[in-house]
Amino acid sequence: MRTTFLALPTAALAVFTAFAAQAAEPKHGGILHIYHRETPPGLSIHEEATFSVNAPAMPIFNNLVIYDQHKPQNSMATIVPELADSWSWSSDNLSLTFKLHQGVKWHDGQPFTAKDVKCTFDLLQGKGQDKFRKNPRKDLFNNIKEVTTNGDYEVTLHLGRPQPSLLAMLASGYTPMYACHVSTAQMRTHPIGTGPFKFVEFKQNESIKLERNPDYWKKSLPYLDGIEYTIIPNRATAVLAFVAGKVDMTFPTEMTAALEKDIKAQDPSAICEIAPINVSSNLIVNREKPPFDNLELRKALALALDRKAFIDIIFQGQADAGGTLLPPPEGVWGMPPEMLKTIPGYGDVHKDREQARAILAKFGYTASNPLKIKVSTRNLATYRDPAVVLIDQLKTINIDAELEPVESSQWFAKVARNDYSVGLNLTGNGIDDPDQAFYENYACGSERNYTHYCNKELEALFDKQSVETDVEKRRKMVWDIDKELQEDVARPILMHARSGTCWKPYVKNVTIMNNSAYNGYRYEDLWLDK
Amino acid sequence: MGSYLIKRFFLMLLTLFGISVLIFVMLRIVPGNIADIVFNAAGMIDVTEKAKLEKELGLDQPIAVQYVQWIGGLMHGDFGYSYVSEKPALQEILPRIPITAKLAGLALTFAVLFGVPLGVISAVKQNSKLDYLLRVISLSGLSMPAFWLGLLILMAFVKYFGTIPIYSSAPLGFWQTLGLYSIPAAAVGFRSSALMMRLTRSSMLEVLRQDYIRTARAKGASDNNVNFHHALRNAALPVITVIGIEAAFLMGGLIVTETVFNIPGVARFLVEAIRWRDYPIVQNLVMFIAVVAVSINFLIDLLYAALDPRIKYS
Repeated sequence: MRTTFLALPTAALAVFTAFAAQAAEPKHGGILHIYHRETPPGLSIHEEATFSVNAPAMPIFNNLVIYDQHKPQNSMATIVPELADSWSWSSDNLSLTFKLHQGVKWHDGQPFTAKDVKCTFDLLQGKGQDKFRKNPRKDLFNNIKEVTTNGDYEVTLHLGRPQPSLLAMLASGYTPMYACHVSTAQMRTHPIGTGPFKFVEFKQNESIKLERNPDYWKKSLPYLDGIEYTIIPNRATAVLAFVAGKVDMTFPTEMTAALEKDIKAQDPSAICEIAPINVSSNLIVNREKPPFDNLELRKALALALDRKAFIDIIFQGQADAGGTLLPPPEGVWGMPPEMLKTIPGYGDVHKDREQARAILAKFGYTASNPLKIKVSTRNLATYRDPAVVLIDQLKTINIDAELEPVESSQWFAKVARNDYSVGLNLTGNGIDDPDQAFYENYACGSERNYTHYCNKELEALFDKQSVETDVEKRRKMVWDIDKELQEDVARPILMHARSGTCWKPYVKNVTIMNNSAYNGYRYEDLWLDK
Repeated sequence: MGSYLIKRFFLMLLTLFGISVLIFVMLRIVPGNIADIVFNAAGMIDVTEKAKLEKELGLDQPIAVQYVQWIGGLMHGDFGYSYVSEKPALQEILPRIPITAKLAGLALTFAVLFGVPLGVISAVKQNSKLDYLLRVISLSGLSMPAFWLGLLILMAFVKYFGTIPIYSSAPLGFWQTLGLYSIPAAAVGFRSSALMMRLTRSSMLEVLRQDYIRTARAKGASDNNVNFHHALRNAALPVITVIGIEAAFLMGGLIVTETVFNIPGVARFLVEAIRWRDYPIVQNLVMFIAVVAVSINFLIDLLYAALDPRIKYS
């Protein structure tokens, strides 16, 4: 009797375990349907700077190394091999050698070799005969002085100075390998990669279709037969399409807290995840023209900011205050909250604004004689809405600002002409790494350093942190640099956005990256439990 | 009649020439070109590369030269290349025309089938309960934006049928096509039918008071014969004008419906092309819509004469 008593639950447990194991066993087949928020400008990842391109194009390609696609937080510790089986640094940290995987083929059947790696870096550095039409991340690879190959399966990057974070840049979804034999023009319209999915077709305003690469070098992958992105720019239609099951997954990062609530109310089985996307809303302040060529007035501007109000109004609380680098716990390099509080403008809003008013009064700007400025921004809701909140906040320190919405196509041209006083800008970081954030946005002469901020002493510190191999030491250096950037009102950060993605429960193996929105779309081991 | 047709044909050509100049100049007046937008999308400006791209696309040439190149190309059947997809413009435009044509055709059929008979009934039963009901329906059709009605329809479908009638891939076969387009066509056609219903009603009311209608009744003609043969034929002229205007509008003006129902038709494509300043697409697409509009107007003029023998063209 006792035996039977024990045997029954044991048997039940065994059956359950067997079922669970069966359920967890990935299944081959099926097409994953995702909606896309817009027609992407092309499919050549290297030429673009939006995850509207990365999301559909990443499954076509492979990198040398990649962030582990199932670890939400990207860091040096989560970098894993991809086309490179292994890598090693020279003793002086000036050479990084990759041993390449053998037997990899491009989608057109040509073999992938070390020459293709060299070609990719030649393209990125503008050294090849063929050139990119635009090359937004050229500066990230300035430190690579030479690329040499040793046979078909070994390649070495020779650096000007040690740069441990180079691996982080190579692991980003932004750094796929391109083929020597495929032109940059073709890559924009009909990309050829080595990745798990082959490009089938891209119809503007309609769809992007990818099919399983039967010769994928990772045997038995991918699980899906294909991925289809239906372009649905109207968000209301897109959400309804998801609820009705027309698509299995929403476009990554498109769900706000309110939309997520709406989806869960209509489809309680939907899985939704809201996470930071490493995109900050920030102010670009023209430091070369009056009135903000004056550091004190720039400081007053920074003191007027009430970040909590921005977060509550614009993101219903789903955003974080921070400096240049994404704040912890999701961010690897962001300043801790106790340090953030010590920066002017991050503490007591009332006291800060009192101080700001005093500064403005010193220059003769009072409630009866406010400082009149324009706040320029792109005429898109994601830019305009925080700009309106900013204008309201500036009133409290006697700055009478007027909104200047700028036609999107004219925005960067206007900023490049220095034709603005204060601008509201969004900055997306492809990787959570100080080198990318500092060099791209704050280094003297960088194309994306819109404000032309140039602090040679600080730039020397950029280099110093960049060569540091001890992560903890480097982190402290990064915090100090970030603090100084905020105190110097280089580009006041308003907030770091969070946004969400939803998928149906039968879509398995989805991992949402929580410190970048650009790196998690290889989708080689996603499967459908249908 | 022959000389009238020739005159109208040349007038059509003149109109199309005017439109071509207008669209060409207006596109160049709008701030920014494809090169600005291409770099804007990458969050940067590289002046040298931008200039190179402008040169490559011929945008550095004087406007007059660009215009002559475009028109010259059209004469030889060369529609240019889309700046965005880098594919021949014709290859991008052609597949979208039948999509919009099907939607517009169905919407127009819906509008005529419902709007005209109900307008006649409303006029014949003037001031009856049925007339009031039909007038309320037509007013609601006119005042309800098509996108709002479209969204309501989508929400109702999701809630009650667990499906959504939007375009996600090309339909196969007649019934699938009909199923896919009938819902958005009804959403658009509702507004058009309301317009036609009101116009038919007012036209019919005017005609029904004419002496010849009284004469027809006195001669013992049946109600149906009087209403649909004698009255409607004479009341149809303004309705046909509106049908023509609606047909031309539907070929290029369904942006909101195409967006809500996610239909990759002409209007949505045109707006997207304008956003990208994809000149070859915008210019050729606008010219296509203009040709359709001008041709429909021409056909309507010819139809006038067929319907009303008193109208003579010379």
